[in-house]
Amino acid sequence: MAARGCGGVWRRARQRSAGGPGPGPAPSPRGQRAVACNSRGGAVPAGKSGLAPWIPVVGLEIHAQISSNSKLFSGSQVQFAAPPNSLVSFFDASLPGTLPVLNRRCVEAAVMTGLALNCSINKKSLFDRKHYFYADLPAGYQITQQRVPIAVNGSLSYSLCTDNKMSQMVTKTVRIKQIQLEQDSGKSLHDDTRSQTLVDLNRAGVGLMEVVMEPDMCCGEEAAAAVRELQLILQTLGSSQAVMAEGQLRVDANVSVHHPGEPYGVRTEVKNINSIRFLAKAVDYEIQRQIEELENGGKILNETRAFDSKLGCTVPMRDKEAKQDYRFMPEPNLPPLILYDAKSLPANMNHQQVINIDWIHKRLPDLPSVKREKLVEQYGILPEHSFTLLNEDGLAEFFESVVKQTQMKPKKVIGWILNDLLSYLKQHSLTVEESPVSSFLLADLLNLLERNKISSTAAKLVLAELWKGEGKTPLEIVKEQKLELLQDQKELEQICQAVIDGQENEVIMMVPG
Amino acid sequence: LPLKGGLRSQVSAALKEGRVTPTELCQRCLALIKSTKFLNAYITVAEETALKQAEESEERYKKGQPLGILDGIPIAVKDNFNTTGIETTCASNMLKGYISPYNATVVQKLLDQGAVLLGKTNLDEFAMGSGSTDGVFGPVRNPWSYSKQYKKKSVPKSRSESEESNWVITGGSSGGSAAAVSSFTCFAALGSDTGGSTRNPAAHCGVVGLKPTYGLISRHGLIPLVNSMDVPGILTRCVDDAAVLLGSLAGHDPKDSTTIQDDFMPFELPNLTDVSKLSIGIPKEYHAPGLSSEILSLWSKAADLFKNAGAKVVEVSLPHTRYSIVCYHVLCTAEVASNMARFDGLEYGHRSDMKESTEIMYAATRREGFNDVVRGRILSGNYFLLKQNYEKYFVKAQKVRRLIANDFVKVFRSGVDILLTPTTLSDAAPYMEFIQEDNRTRSAQDDILTQAANMAGLPAINVPTALSKRGLPVGLQFIGRSFQEKQLLTVAKWFEKQVQFPMIQLEEVKRHDSGVFQHQKFFSFS
Repeated sequence: MAARGCGGVWRRARQRSAGGPGPGPAPSPRGQRAVACNSRGGAVPAGKSGLAPWIPVVGLEIHAQISSNSKLFSGSQVQFAAPPNSLVSFFDASLPGTLPVLNRRCVEAAVMTGLALNCSINKKSLFDRKHYFYADLPAGYQITQQRVPIAVNGSLSYSLCTDNKMSQMVTKTVRIKQIQLEQDSGKSLHDDTRSQTLVDLNRAGVGLMEVVMEPDMCCGEEAAAAVRELQLILQTLGSSQAVMAEGQLRVDANVSVHHPGEPYGVRTEVKNINSIRFLAKAVDYEIQRQIEELENGGKILNETRAFDSKLGCTVPMRDKEAKQDYRFMPEPNLPPLILYDAKSLPANMNHQQVINIDWIHKRLPDLPSVKREKLVEQYGILPEHSFTLLNEDGLAEFFESVVKQTQMKPKKVIGWILNDLLSYLKQHSLTVEESPVSSFLLADLLNLLERNKISSTAAKLVLAELWKGEGKTPLEIVKEQKLELLQDQKELEQICQAVIDGQENEVIMMVPG
Repeated sequence: LPLKGGLRSQVSAALKEGRVTPTELCQRCLALIKSTKFLNAYITVAEETALKQAEESEERYKKGQPLGILDGIPIAVKDNFNTTGIETTCASNMLKGYISPYNATVVQKLLDQGAVLLGKTNLDEFAMGSGSTDGVFGPVRNPWSYSKQYKKKSVPKSRSESEESNWVITGGSSGGSAAAVSSFTCFAALGSDTGGSTRNPAAHCGVVGLKPTYGLISRHGLIPLVNSMDVPGILTRCVDDAAVLLGSLAGHDPKDSTTIQDDFMPFELPNLTDVSKLSIGIPKEYHAPGLSSEILSLWSKAADLFKNAGAKVVEVSLPHTRYSIVCYHVLCTAEVASNMARFDGLEYGHRSDMKESTEIMYAATRREGFNDVVRGRILSGNYFLLKQNYEKYFVKAQKVRRLIANDFVKVFRSGVDILLTPTTLSDAAPYMEFIQEDNRTRSAQDDILTQAANMAGLPAINVPTALSKRGLPVGLQFIGRSFQEKQLLTVAKWFEKQVQFPMIQLEEVKRHDSGVFQHQKFFSFS
């Protein structure tokens, strides 16, 4: 099967500086990305050595923590950064005799996500035990859905730009193999100096959706764009908060390279990726590393590697038991998870007694792609602007609010939003919500501009003043700093005369003769 | 004060009428537990809390507001059910000293209905066994070893041998509970039944042992052996009492997703007078190798009893039952391997002092904490679950299990109401004889007649039927349709009435008892 969604091939690996394999100085990510982007056009000549070009293949496994008040199989609360071991039920600590009880909310979240990702929802899915010994896995096994997951065969469309100016958007699709419900593990903290391991079980048993993406991507940027789109979808649905920094969205990348017409190469799994930016870096690094390794006559091991964000490279994870046999077994304490649709719903049952897929489907919110289309259609803005609006949390709402409160055309408003507001926020690492300038103030300012009360240059000065957040209105600032455009002909003449009068020499020079 | 009858008909009435108080009942049971300590039926006796519970019950009776039939009734619970405040050990080093922070649902239900919890009964380690001989607290002795009936018939090889080598096992793994009920130290006890662990010791100890339909009683708080087969078992002196206990325990539990959704309606058992509409099935495959001629003849007598009373008695076939032992071995060990994974010494239970690394600690903890039987099952279970073996063993065993279950479905669909089979191959073996063979072989032999009901999830009950030539109890098993406990128990009650199983005459207890006087008083009472 050829890689889908990307016909790209990579040319021969750039020579790395001497030092051989290992965490040496990494090639610049910029350079790698350029390779990927250039290649997207299609045919790329073979490398200098005359070897055939390389096709990278990237698949992703994404763990999204379900946004839910309680855990997947217990009543313990779910909360980030709570005091260690304060959110642990008897079941979470695997006390003998305790049994799992499935959390309805988690199932609904998975169904919503499955529907949003165009999956078919399995009306009967099963739970399995996956066994391994680890300090933060108290039961010695994780309850997951290995055999029959809750959702299968979906797809995710995502867009990315083909140059840095964001003016050329390309839409691609990655197939979703499956979504499975499973338990999160706890956290182990290794104290090497005292050779102790501290275990926090707050996270143990929190519901996860594992989204498995087929290897339809071919570079870090595609992987990053796909994950970003998934993140937006999850956040729109509310099925996960999907904040990577808080571990609510965790991405493992499967990477391999092969020559056109040949079977897929041996893949590695890259873990420890905790931001979208690092995802792109990690994938591109790994592709580059594999190409180099192969071209130097080396072999790719089917191994797990960790991304070291400081060094910008991937390193093999020390994994004593490379050949883990998880000894999967059906979870005997949970009956099959049965879902219904309008057709199969038993009589006398409403959506509160059972989970009705159709009921959930009808109530799905607008997904990001639909929202973008609506923004483009309603406000006449460019498609790429709609991406930026949705990429920042709350920015689209901010934009719409400004538009509502001003006479300025949305097409013009968008410039102020993207060029002025957004760049200011980015400079100061602020979220839209934290913006010192509210949509009301910005609209106020734009109205002054629109009514020709001030010039666009003056508007920028006012905005600069507004950032200070001193509670002044745009009009007050305009007055204070005398930034009004002069509407009075006589006054204007007087000012001009005064200027001329003050600059007699220059005037004389300018008058011919 | 004759209280030989049932809980409903006699004991409860005596309590209500004030002929006996809960505290008196409790004290007498506690005294008897002490005087029968040599039976090793109890691991922990909760004297203090039991007396307190009895006192509270007494208050309720004084106010004329007892909570029901079970109010003030002394009961015992197998030591693989979680109990707050009382150790839950599973007869294993792994859980020695472990005090659970919660009550098993069944324990909570009993307490909520006013029952007095006397203590926790002995078992095979983690309920893995069929003799109650393989626990860390030593073997349980069958009270019948010390009965007039047994003493009369068993001729000791020599004088010196008689005492130590002639005592017989209780069967297992709920041997402690069976012995406790059989020796009158409690009025009812909870066991667990995965392959026959309630019915087998019930048969050997001459008490009623009910294994309800899978899903009828909550497993929450029962430390699992095989989750897909475990059910809490009920051990009582008579079938009526089993119905009382069942009524107090059955029904949906939100903490156990495998329990039935519907509410359970407790029932009183009618006195069946007409069995002519009944169809009793005799499965021919239960003529198992090793079935003693004595039991075989008892079985056919029982069949004749039904026939003569007008019931239809038909031979039926359960062709796949003979695969049940090997099938059980695979499924049981696989689940055991999985269930035992949590005992790593981190959160609770035994933790080894070897702490060079987490892995070393795990290994040492588990080696020190589990006996050979448990470790052996973990090893084979993990083998069956290996990726390369999963299809060949586990999946195949699951398919065979389905075939075994389907056999029952077919038989019941053909119009048979109840199956009648032996519960055990023979009467209880002397301990010295029993331990000649290893746990695995014994379990395979002993579970053969009881296990299929667990595979199929069906309700089954042991009814004490007669005494063997050696003066030991022999029981027969009735297997019913899923969730048809009422029919099953009604037929069992009819049968119980016909056979008039003799009361144990615990002669030996007196010899072991320092407080003989107190003791005799009790016996006239019970």
